[in-house]
Amino acid sequence: MSLVLIAVLALLGLCLLAGAILGFAAVRFKVEGDPIAEQINALLPQTQCGQCGYPGCKPYAEAIAGGDKINKCPPGGEATIQALADLLDVEPEPLDAVEGEKPQMVAYIREAECIGCTKCIQACPVDAIVGAARQMHTVIVSECTGCDLCVEPCPVDCIDMIPVGSTVQTWKWDKPLAPGQLIASDREQAA
Amino acid sequence: MSGMSKNDMGAARASRADAMKIWDIPGGIHPAERKELSNRTPIQPAPLPKRLTLPLGQHIGAAAEPCVALGQRVRKGEKIAEANGFVSAPLHAPTSGTVSFIGPQPYPHVSGMLAPAIVIDSDGLDEWIDLTPHPDYRHMDSSELLALIREAGISGLGGAGFPTAVKLTARPTQKIHTLIINGTECEPYITADDLLMRERASELVSGIDILVQLIQPEQVLIGIEGNKPEAIAAMRGACSERSYQIRVFPTKYPSGGEKQLIQILTGVEVPSGGLPADIGILCQNVGTCVAIHEAVIHGKPLISRITTLTGEALARPGNVEVLLGTPVGELLEFAGLDQAKLNRLIMGGPMMGFTLPSLDVPLIKTANCLLASTATELPPPPPALPCIRCGECAEACPASLLPQQLHFFALGQEHEQLKAHNLFDCIECGACAYVCPSNIPLVQYYRAAKAEIRELEQKQLKAEHSKQRFEQRQERLRRAEEQKEAERRARAEKAARAKAAQAEAPAAPAAPADEALKKLKIEASMAQVALKKAEKQLAQHDTAELQAQVAELRAAAEAAQKALAAAQASAPTAVAKPAGDEALKKAKIDAAMLKAQLRKLEKLEAPDDDQQAEIARLRQQLEAAEKTIASLQDQAPAPAAKPAGDEALKKAKIDAAMLKAQLRKLEKLEAPDDDQQAEIARLRQQLEAAEKTVASLQDQAPAPAAKPAGDDALKKAKVELAMKRAELKKAEKAGASETELQPLRDALAAAEQALHQAEDASGKPEPQLLRTEKPGMTDELKALKTEVAFARADLRKLERDESADAEALEQARTRLADAERQLAEYQP
Repeated sequence: MSLVLIAVLALLGLCLLAGAILGFAAVRFKVEGDPIAEQINALLPQTQCGQCGYPGCKPYAEAIAGGDKINKCPPGGEATIQALADLLDVEPEPLDAVEGEKPQMVAYIREAECIGCTKCIQACPVDAIVGAARQMHTVIVSECTGCDLCVEPCPVDCIDMIPVGSTVQTWKWDKPLAPGQLIASDREQAA
Repeated sequence: MSGMSKNDMGAARASRADAMKIWDIPGGIHPAERKELSNRTPIQPAPLPKRLTLPLGQHIGAAAEPCVALGQRVRKGEKIAEANGFVSAPLHAPTSGTVSFIGPQPYPHVSGMLAPAIVIDSDGLDEWIDLTPHPDYRHMDSSELLALIREAGISGLGGAGFPTAVKLTARPTQKIHTLIINGTECEPYITADDLLMRERASELVSGIDILVQLIQPEQVLIGIEGNKPEAIAAMRGACSERSYQIRVFPTKYPSGGEKQLIQILTGVEVPSGGLPADIGILCQNVGTCVAIHEAVIHGKPLISRITTLTGEALARPGNVEVLLGTPVGELLEFAGLDQAKLNRLIMGGPMMGFTLPSLDVPLIKTANCLLASTATELPPPPPALPCIRCGECAEACPASLLPQQLHFFALGQEHEQLKAHNLFDCIECGACAYVCPSNIPLVQYYRAAKAEIRELEQKQLKAEHSKQRFEQRQERLRRAEEQKEAERRARAEKAARAKAAQAEAPAAPAAPADEALKKLKIEASMAQVALKKAEKQLAQHDTAELQAQVAELRAAAEAAQKALAAAQASAPTAVAKPAGDEALKKAKIDAAMLKAQLRKLEKLEAPDDDQQAEIARLRQQLEAAEKTIASLQDQAPAPAAKPAGDEALKKAKIDAAMLKAQLRKLEKLEAPDDDQQAEIARLRQQLEAAEKTVASLQDQAPAPAAKPAGDDALKKAKVELAMKRAELKKAEKAGASETELQPLRDALAAAEQALHQAEDASGKPEPQLLRTEKPGMTDELKALKTEVAFARADLRKLERDESADAEALEQARTRLADAERQLAEYQP
């Protein structure tokens, strides 16, 4: 009888001890915020364009952490979806956007037509437009994320989204065709 | 990777006996040299082209900024583009002529893309600017020398094109102890440096002298491959008495790479991701040294270079001294190009060069060779086969990397692994691809992977930057919102306080404050407000200016307060004037209150003794009060008595009306009991009496009471008309349809008709409805009146606006006064 009692007491003691350690750890090593959302946010392109339906990249990151789909970011494209799939260990899905993946764009204000209403300045999430009331506005190209948000508020439609073309400096080499992908005649020639 | 210990390095430097010692690099290959094609003829001057295209970015770093205008005439050696930033180089006109175009032009690049350039149409005179030679450079300090080199637009002529001045300026943590002159020229076909050393050895050594003067190295090593005996001999002759050491080493590709040459000559390896300067070594190409000599000794900027024209498609291969910007096509023409034989045109060597997409591109500072190859000479690479993991590539790699692994990682886009396997230490020499039995274009994989990684890193950086800016913006908006909210709250509080103050004010004698007092009060409060505002601003931004302003405002506010106090002190006489009125009013209020109290107590059904006593007391008090009122009213001045008749009539009428109402109420009762019946009878009597009084009073009353009865009807008709008109106008403004408007118009017409009828009935003369026909109203008068009204409105607006400045207010006042005066003058 006493043997059983000792065993029960011993187990009880162990349980209490483990519980105390866990409780202490939960308080001592408490992580502020949602670390997963932070990691997801780091993978998003931070254009803050809202094309995912959330007001910015961070809210979308939090939504993904909460179980939303990972394929709602057109500026990020397939690369972002792949990265998110790797991070969250889920299957990558095709991009959920009508126009599909778009090239990197940059806003351009036709300055002669600008009336200086400052509406685009207020719409820009990254303060990439300079100008003042009744003064011509212009886009700081290096700061523009190409999010499109300035186009809609413009009352005179003087903002264009221009694809960022590659220059001699930004041009990059293509990856060669993988060795397996040879057409038959080439294979004969190679043999 | 084997590195030499510090001791070994020191020994290598210190010991003269070791001076000739050379080391070996790992890997390397021995492709067919083919240098004999072009090294048998001396350097020839290339013909002067009609048109030169000078791309603004011929070096590593920011493209130069044009400093010439379209159509401007430039002379040979004149600067046409400024260095744009620190890592940049200026550009000079290679010959005299006119600037005919500034904009995108063909550029020697694999992609075949255009790049910004300046085009000069040569005038054939080849007229130099006035040069400022510095043969006595030994007395110049290093910053002056550096400025000379920088202004001459010199960038590395070996192939990479890094601005030389920047390379010489960048002060490493360690002092440069070894200057290495690179005359290796390890790539097949190219002989430009070979010929340069043969023919311009003295200029070359002079350039080295300048470099030595500039950086004061402990030793100078000139590295030349053993396959250039003439060049070695020429160099030995040129620097016979100097302490420069000429190191000759066996031919092997790619010993000419900067890091490889350093390893060969000193046995020290440049750390991964580092620069030669990190280990106290500086490397310069022989061509660059000659350019430095020209720039300093003769004052000539870099406008030409020596380029090898070679390949089996050329009839007369050789080396030419060519002006920068010369079209490649013209150069090849000069060398006897056979278009039919030409298969691939390569800029640079066969190992590291790139295929030019067209012959229109110009020759730039970094172009050391043009290789016009035939199909048999450089056959197109056979199709790639899968890797058989033979490991040849790893053995050939001069940087001791694992090309095969890198290839697989590049295929799988494993960027982390690529970086871990030091992809960025790859010099893209092509040795691995050269030895690959499967013909895998390995270098292309590495280039693509490098570009991809760089692009991703750029994107990452931009994303991080955007995020930061976004967060900062959010923070700023939040702050602005908070501030607005605080201001709103403060305003609401202030309004509430003002309301409370107003509620308190009536209790104080609402003296018929005269105009001046009121004005003073307003002024005082405005001064207070202005002061408070300024203080708030001061709290936010503390500047001396604001402080002065606040002090000024405070003084003004105090003065205003003082003036107000003085005025108030003198006011009481004014307040005391209608004292009698005041007392009467008070007495009346007292009486009314007593009456109310009394009535309340009387209503009690069964009052006890106390209450009865109270009632009695109240009655007494009421009586006393009424007496007071009566006496006061007697005292009260005439005004009260004046409209006495009116007053009495009114009272009588009210009495009559009240009696009537009471009577009607009682009459409505279905089954009145006796008491009520009696009451009714009594009321009727009273009513009759009252009506009689009214009648008699009305008889006494003066004419006004006898106003034509038609007036009321007329008024009503007028109101009706106005309402109808307003309705119609509203409908019109709202854009109502014709069918909707029609009934309104009809109603308006009807109302007008009714008005006319009423007017007829009232017997009044018909008013003249047309305003313009008003007697005495001319256009001029109208204009004057309008002006007065506008002026008044403006003034009022300004007065209401606290921020309006005094000048504007004064202007508005004078405008109003003027307008009023004009109007007055007109009217008589």
